[in-house]
Amino acid sequence: MKTFWAFVKKETIHILRDPRTLIILIGMPIAQVVLFGFAITNELNDARIAIFDGSKDPVTIEIADRLTSSGFFQLAVELKDESQLEQAFRHDRVKLAVVFPPEFQDHFFREDSPQIQLIADATDPNTATTLVAYASAIIRQYEQEKKGSATLPYAIQTEVRMRYNQELKSVFLFVPGVITIILMLVSAMMTSIALTREKELGTMEILLVSPLKPAVIVMGKVIPYIALGLANVAIILVLATTVFHMPIRGSLPLLIAESLLFILTSLALGIMISSRVQTQQVALMISLMALMLPTILLSGFIFPIENMPWLLRAISHIVPARWFIVIVKGVMLKGAGMAVIWKETLVLVFMTLVLIGGSVRSFKLRLE
Amino acid sequence: MEQAIWAENLTKKFGSFTAVDAISFTVGQGEIFGFLGANGAGKTTAMRMLSGLSFPTSGKARVAGFDVYKQPELIKRHIGYMSQKFSLYEDLTVQENIRFYGGIYGLSGAEIRSKTEQLLQELDLEWIAKSQVQSLPLGWKQKLAFSVAQVHNPSIVFLDEPTGGVDPITRRQFWEMIYRAADRGVTVFVTTHYMDEAEYCDRISIMVDGRIAAMGSPGELKRDNNVPSINELFVRLARHTSSNM
Amino acid sequence: MSIYINHISKSYGPVKALDDISFEVSKGELFGLIGPDGAGKTTLIRILTTLLVPDAGTARVLDLDPVKEFRKLRPHIGYMPGRFSLYQDLTVLENLNFFATIFGTTIEKNYHLIADIYSQIEPFKNRRAGQLSGGMKQKLALSCAMVHEPEVLILDEPTTGVDAVSRKEFWEMLARLKERGITILVSTPYMDEASLCDRVALIQNGHILQVDSPASIVESYDRPLLGVRAQNTLRLLEDLRHYPLTHTAFPFGDSVHLALTGEQTDGELLDYLQKKGHTELAIEPIAANIEDCFMELMTEKIA
Repeated sequence: MKTFWAFVKKETIHILRDPRTLIILIGMPIAQVVLFGFAITNELNDARIAIFDGSKDPVTIEIADRLTSSGFFQLAVELKDESQLEQAFRHDRVKLAVVFPPEFQDHFFREDSPQIQLIADATDPNTATTLVAYASAIIRQYEQEKKGSATLPYAIQTEVRMRYNQELKSVFLFVPGVITIILMLVSAMMTSIALTREKELGTMEILLVSPLKPAVIVMGKVIPYIALGLANVAIILVLATTVFHMPIRGSLPLLIAESLLFILTSLALGIMISSRVQTQQVALMISLMALMLPTILLSGFIFPIENMPWLLRAISHIVPARWFIVIVKGVMLKGAGMAVIWKETLVLVFMTLVLIGGSVRSFKLRLE
Repeated sequence: MEQAIWAENLTKKFGSFTAVDAISFTVGQGEIFGFLGANGAGKTTAMRMLSGLSFPTSGKARVAGFDVYKQPELIKRHIGYMSQKFSLYEDLTVQENIRFYGGIYGLSGAEIRSKTEQLLQELDLEWIAKSQVQSLPLGWKQKLAFSVAQVHNPSIVFLDEPTGGVDPITRRQFWEMIYRAADRGVTVFVTTHYMDEAEYCDRISIMVDGRIAAMGSPGELKRDNNVPSINELFVRLARHTSSNM
Repeated sequence: MSIYINHISKSYGPVKALDDISFEVSKGELFGLIGPDGAGKTTLIRILTTLLVPDAGTARVLDLDPVKEFRKLRPHIGYMPGRFSLYQDLTVLENLNFFATIFGTTIEKNYHLIADIYSQIEPFKNRRAGQLSGGMKQKLALSCAMVHEPEVLILDEPTTGVDAVSRKEFWEMLARLKERGITILVSTPYMDEASLCDRVALIQNGHILQVDSPASIVESYDRPLLGVRAQNTLRLLEDLRHYPLTHTAFPFGDSVHLALTGEQTDGELLDYLQKKGHTELAIEPIAANIEDCFMELMTEKIA
């Protein structure tokens, strides 16, 4: 046990004495969250919208007025005809179109659920969902003021239509994605590099010749990275909730436990890589190509999995990040508990066990 | 006759640290000059100044007739350089390496072709001209590297620890190549910390802490200091100095 | 017997790194494995330190099989790999502490073992290993390899790339360790270090050329050997190669070592060289050194 802690201590010193890498590892999640976050909020200032008002009554005029005076939207075109919608998206580059049906006021006061259509350009899904959410919120607020807050459910139905990317699911997609990428990076890439560095230095020869058990060598090396991974999760969550007011609807301990699980999955991947390569450079290349790319492209972070060709969709099943993103989204955004995400968790547990088993087995007791 | 290398009070300082401290020496054309010293004694720094890679802090030096301050580019064109660590591209073939170096020294296509043929023939490497350098034994690589360093017919060749690790026969074949080059009038400047290499040089200098502590022919130095080998002279000069700490 | 090597062979693909190697190292011996780069020294050392498995043959270190009993053997070996293999970003003390701990001991407990070597670098114990000079790095590496009281010390080219002063000091340290009864196997490409060993194995291209004490190896050299000097060494060399009695002629610094196929009659060689126009001639019979023997053995092997 003493040897084990000596190892952990040594590894921690390595990390702390390399401030450049440490700053990158801590700074990257901050930079990513801030960049993704502000890239979206910036779009919300004076987003160009089109309005087709089929009623032109006091109610619709006031709603339209509230939308355009909110600061989020800017009226780019007023449509004379619904057939001009396509034109508005293509040529006037509007991000959102609001369509009021005829005789809106009558329906509104008769309380037979009038419908407002919100049609968004979803080529940028994050922006689209945010715009729709903001517009809906403004409409709700108007309704509450007119009728008092007791009248739930809301009478006005907003019918949302996403143009160009109709599979879009949820806002704040980026935070789960960033957590996933960062954990994969810190856990898998950094451990594979740290382990191959020992080989490059030649110190691995001495470690192998020492009475240390392989499990101790590997565990001693990865523990500091588990801590680093958890620190990154904390940083991202704090930023997301404080700066971007993102909710964590589910249980925080569950979220952290699931993150730990994913860290273990990634660590095992990193160990597997390091056991097969000799240099840090190769370890870095393989980590990037074999781990980061699938994590970014096949996890559903950027491209919806449902829209992928069947082959990629099939491949995505073996990408751990795909399952983890579902878990994080579920816990953070939908308030899901174990009852909802047990399947994904089980998949990850299974993957982790297989990978750890494989990596322990592949760790070589000799140099060949 | 103009000296191949002429240095007077050549000095290089890095901040408050004096890496090379007012060294003066000359190397004649066609001479094999050994530049010895421990790691950190200032050999590399001195060689960088002489090969036009870094400016001296003070002092004067001329290499191949060119001034190290005003004509470093001309110096580079008239010297060859070979180091033990790097000289050849391992994943290029023997032929490709020769052509590449011919190319960077601005030889014409015809010159490169004839030079390639000539070198391959001299080194007896024609039969593996199209093999990648990494498949050659270390000794052959060194000989090839030495030839490639002279592809542009430089008047001075700088060798940085050229023969470490090869077997004794190959090593002597290498020194024979150096002798031949010197016989053709090429000046050979060898930096090394292997003292037994020193015995092959016409003249040597031993650097300790940025200064030249001894200079002369190996025979003279051994006789004057009453030591059986240059190695022992070096140990005597360099023991208990700061570069050894 | 501390190390016993019996018909060991090892190949990497088509390259035979070791070809049927056998020799023994006695307890308490300082044994040198001498040969150029690529001779197979590192491969053999890695087999003995349990890091590689031979293709054929057996080995025993401290009466244990490095293949089957590697776990039992590992704690008793002190090993210094060829490259400087300590953590550059850890201080001297942190490195030593780490290696003491992973071998289940402490610096305090075994200070007496390393005191001689470690005391020389102790003033710099808070300096990072990466900032040490070559000689100091070596001393630290040797301290780390010794701190767990190994019975056998296996060092792979500890003096390569190190200046002459540090080399000398390093061999002095090895001599003192040997006095304490530790078996030492050390590899080196420097022929001149052979004389510092009790016995040596000369190794080239995966073959053992000879195993014996340096003195016996030198004595076994049975050709007439002359040291020849002239004003122009290059021309001397060329002319000597055409001398009828010449077996080999190799430059040795500013002279040429000339091995003959038989005794020359007095003045015959001098005559031959004078006729060729050489000046400042000096010819004297000399005793062979290890390098002469190594080259002779290589030449025999080729023939």
